[in-house]
Amino acid sequence: MPLALEARGITKRFPGVLANDKVDFQLEQGEIHALLGENGAGKTTLMNILYGLYKADEGEILVDGKPITMTDPKDAIRHGIGMVHQHFMLVPVMTVAENVMLGDETPTPRSAWMGPLSHLNVKAVEEKIRELSTRYGLAVDPTEYVQTLPVGVQQRVEIIKVLYRDARILILDEPTAVLTPQEAQDMFKIMQSLVDQGVSIIFITHKLKEVLAIADRITVMRAGRVVGSTTPAQATEAQLAAMMVGREVILEVKKGEAQPGAEILKVENLSVIDDRKHKAVRGVSFAVSAGEVLGVAGVQGNGQTELVEAITGLRKAESGHIHLGDTDLVNHAPRWVFEHGTAHVPEDRQKHGLVLSYSVRDNLTLVSYYQPPFSKGGVLEEDFIAANAAKLIKEFDIRTPSAQTAVSTLSGGNQQKVIVARELNRPVKLLVAAQPTRGLDVGSIEFIHHRIIEQRDAGCAVLLASAELDEILSLSDRVAVMYKGEILDILPIKEATRERVGLLMAGVQEQR
Amino acid sequence: MDWSTLLSLAPSILASALRTATPIALAAYSGVLAERAGVVNIAIEGMMLMAAMVGDLAMLYTGSIWVGIFAGLLAAGVLALLHGALSITFKTDQIISGTAINIFAMGVTGFAYKRFLATPELSRPSPSTLQPIEIPLLKDIPVLGDVLFRNRPIVYAMLILTFVIWYALFKTPWGLRVRAVGEHPKAADTMGINVYRTRYISVFLSGLLAGLAGLWFSLEQVGHFDMLMTNGKGFIGLAAMIFGKWNPLGALAAALIFGLPEAVQINLAMSMPNVPYQFMSMIPYILTIIVLTGVVGRAVSPAADGTPYNKG
Ligand SMILES: Nc1ncnc2c1ncn2[C@@H]1O[C@H](COP(=O)(O)OP(=O)(O)OP(=O)(O)O)[C@@H](O)[C@H]1O
Ligand SMILES: [Mg+2]
Repeated sequence: MPLALEARGITKRFPGVLANDKVDFQLEQGEIHALLGENGAGKTTLMNILYGLYKADEGEILVDGKPITMTDPKDAIRHGIGMVHQHFMLVPVMTVAENVMLGDETPTPRSAWMGPLSHLNVKAVEEKIRELSTRYGLAVDPTEYVQTLPVGVQQRVEIIKVLYRDARILILDEPTAVLTPQEAQDMFKIMQSLVDQGVSIIFITHKLKEVLAIADRITVMRAGRVVGSTTPAQATEAQLAAMMVGREVILEVKKGEAQPGAEILKVENLSVIDDRKHKAVRGVSFAVSAGEVLGVAGVQGNGQTELVEAITGLRKAESGHIHLGDTDLVNHAPRWVFEHGTAHVPEDRQKHGLVLSYSVRDNLTLVSYYQPPFSKGGVLEEDFIAANAAKLIKEFDIRTPSAQTAVSTLSGGNQQKVIVARELNRPVKLLVAAQPTRGLDVGSIEFIHHRIIEQRDAGCAVLLASAELDEILSLSDRVAVMYKGEILDILPIKEATRERVGLLMAGVQEQR
Repeated sequence: MDWSTLLSLAPSILASALRTATPIALAAYSGVLAERAGVVNIAIEGMMLMAAMVGDLAMLYTGSIWVGIFAGLLAAGVLALLHGALSITFKTDQIISGTAINIFAMGVTGFAYKRFLATPELSRPSPSTLQPIEIPLLKDIPVLGDVLFRNRPIVYAMLILTFVIWYALFKTPWGLRVRAVGEHPKAADTMGINVYRTRYISVFLSGLLAGLAGLWFSLEQVGHFDMLMTNGKGFIGLAAMIFGKWNPLGALAAALIFGLPEAVQINLAMSMPNVPYQFMSMIPYILTIIVLTGVVGRAVSPAADGTPYNKG
């Protein structure tokens, strides 16, 4: 097969990091080439170089066998390369249509001669989006504002953006990280139909099952280098995992029987309104005891986000009660909720979990900086904060050149680890974790699952919301399934089979 | 004062409101263009002063008012490019860069005034202001004709620019890119848009608008330059920009509201009750604070306003 895209000897250094070290990478025409690697391995960096966002220090890029100069994304777009970025590149206050046409605007025929000052042909763009959306089954309303859309839909907008430009080479950087298994299946169908039309795809993911299911070839990176290539036929999940992290990874979570103690969190008849003023949570009641994990399963957008936000004080509850021990925390500020023994790993790490321009060190003390021992008499205890950061960076294996590095320059997975490290490091009664392992590599997932179970066994109540059914089933002691804002059922883990939970997630309730 | 006097004065009050609103509106558009692209421009006042002074100076030496206009615009444009270089390329704090330019402009115009413009025996062309243009037929419409169609050129330019800028910002590819760069420069970058160039162009245009606002004082209204003659109108323009939610149509409405107290004062100087004029001049700022507190719908600035863009 001829090569669609080739990278030869790409090297990229950032201050204190060798992100890509003489990387060779080949994408054949019409293949799906999976790129694996632990957090911080240099995958996104390599893709950003292929897309012209970063300039390589050394190396060359070839498209269709010919060397090209790549100075900015414009060059990439001209050569038919499209990229869906790990963190969405959408303007929230603009409509879907505006986001899609940005940089490749269609003027009305009569005004076309005016160039940049011609009249935007919004109708034509909306029409084309509708057409793409029916052709590929990407349900999107082009007139909606991006900021009102759930992440799953925003992902579709990103894909429509590249389809709109007729990209022949597609780079998908962790497109399934924010998708539910069902949405991921839809995504694979789209990828397959694109490949049938001759598109070549680079697909980055941390989900090994997906790789084995859809990839034609697999390349694995570690610490900025390519460590090997294989095909799904020759590899198993365990082998891939070992190749990525350089050691055996235990993919199963080992845990003992839960020893539930006193009731810690008790939610009664809770109703919550979402940003679009719809009732997202409808009269939900449940309890979580010390020493158990309650998993909240459900297709994204069924109220899990709003439920978690209400419990952690980020969103006002419309009615109902949330008891933490003996106190009702409904409508208290997040700080109050934190101070009363709650830890929160938020769903949107960049929006609610981190101050991106702050250093790793400062982000690691973000919820407790004003309390002893982090500060005394209103003055920060720099020594303690530094020691604390050093400890957590080591313990959670956060890959960063130094504690002073701005969190924004860390790889996606390492940003996630900063949050998890901070939240698991405090003595808490209740841990609320939403998608705690989103974007993490298998090694880190193993570690964090282990830590969550450790918290449970130490007597912490854990509320785990995750779109990953595997994660729910392997960590939970009981599983609550949310559908259209209600909890349809709460099953003990022994009765929570994939099939039963799956049916409940689809809204099918058994007759009793 | 009774209602009939007020009513008979209405056309002339409205006409002066439009006149006093002109530099405020132009300054507001200047702010809109820069901030929509993500660059805070508080140097509008300084750019106005510079244009007003250079305009008069050039008119004096060439004898042509139009050369004065051209030179004034150019001077403000150069200051804008300086602000652009400092804040886009060198990523200095934009407030500091703007403040520096304001102070610089006050110093230079003050010096030039004393050195070149304050001597008594200067011969300026006559007339030394842009003359009113009456639009045939339209000027005879009752009330409206007096208010809208017997104005001087910069007033007309301001009215036309309101719609041109609105159209360019919200209906054209260029405007879409400017707004994207001001909201999420990284996203714009990934779509192949040159963030730096887009910002430079916007800031330069912002300078030209500020220049026109300044020229209104020296070459349309007064006929020569006076020290500090822009009198804080550049800052009131920024208030109008916020009040108008970074939209030229809203900014025009705000400028008219802000210009009204002064217009009333000019026309009713005799019959005014004893309200110190300082209270009148406070109105724009009070209204702006009210808008910013969110009472009349929230005013949200472009998300990347004031933040330099770092390419990886
Ligand atoms: N803009 C930047 N400035 C400085 N360092 C950076 C920058 N971008 C990436 N890095 C560093 O380069 C290394 C590789 O990061 P990269 O984002 O490519 O990892 P990744 O393989 O995509 O990981 P993940 O799976 O977590 O997304 C990391 O150590 C990161 O800290
Ligand atoms: Mg990445």
